[in-house]
Amino acid sequence: MTRKDRMNSSMIQVYEIESGNFTKAGEAAGNIKKLLRQLGIDAGVVRRVSIAAYEAEMNMVIHSIGGIIKILIDPEAITFKARDTGPGIEDIELAMKEGYSTATDFARELGFGAGMGLPNIKKCSDDFIIKSEVGVGTRLEARFNIST
Amino acid sequence: MRIGTVKELLDAQLIVGEGLLDHRVVSACGSDLMSDVLAFVKEQTLLLTGLNNPQVIRTAEMLDVSAIVFVRGKIPTPDIIEMAIDRDIVLLSTENTLFEACGKLYEGGLRGRIT
Repeated sequence: MTRKDRMNSSMIQVYEIESGNFTKAGEAAGNIKKLLRQLGIDAGVVRRVSIAAYEAEMNMVIHSIGGIIKILIDPEAITFKARDTGPGIEDIELAMKEGYSTATDFARELGFGAGMGLPNIKKCSDDFIIKSEVGVGTRLEARFNIST
Repeated sequence: MRIGTVKELLDAQLIVGEGLLDHRVVSACGSDLMSDVLAFVKEQTLLLTGLNNPQVIRTAEMLDVSAIVFVRGKIPTPDIIEMAIDRDIVLLSTENTLFEACGKLYEGGLRGRIT
């Protein structure tokens, strides 16, 4: 199969993310990276998606009570979706500010919680939407155009 | 700079990646904060850190970081070493502090590269 054949159809992968599981944290992002590489997608795009996916996955492991990550690949773009079931973000504008963080000391000891996650996902992507409701959960969608 | 040269300048112990010592790094970043590393590091970078956990390897994986130097004599655990082998990442350990290690590499001509 040539790269073009592989890229002609859309593809969806779903990963379940467990809250507080720091041993597994990053596995989904690692698998996404591997998959995109196998599909022959441009290395720069793969890198941007991988960074965003890893940041989102760490966010879910650190802050959420669990959720799922979906990756949709079609010939024009890669769409990354993350959805958790809570607790939700009180002030999204504040959460999007570089340096603002509500992470625990434990997350900080692991090298996270610098308040760079969401801004970095936005920076890496071509389109970025985040919606959140306290008590319901957070949905994040990031789109990455595949240059042809 | 050759990864092998990094090893010599830091008098470092090679943990894994013997066959990769001829690979090159074009810049370096010293940090214990993986969030910052993820936000600023470019590819073919050397990561120097005092942090010793699986997230260091994960971070390196996402960024295509080819080599990691653990400072202050830290030796990663077998599970971390295994992860690095799977991803072709060189692991080095030096007795130098983060500041001293960065200084020696800078003196040797390696630079940081921030976007």
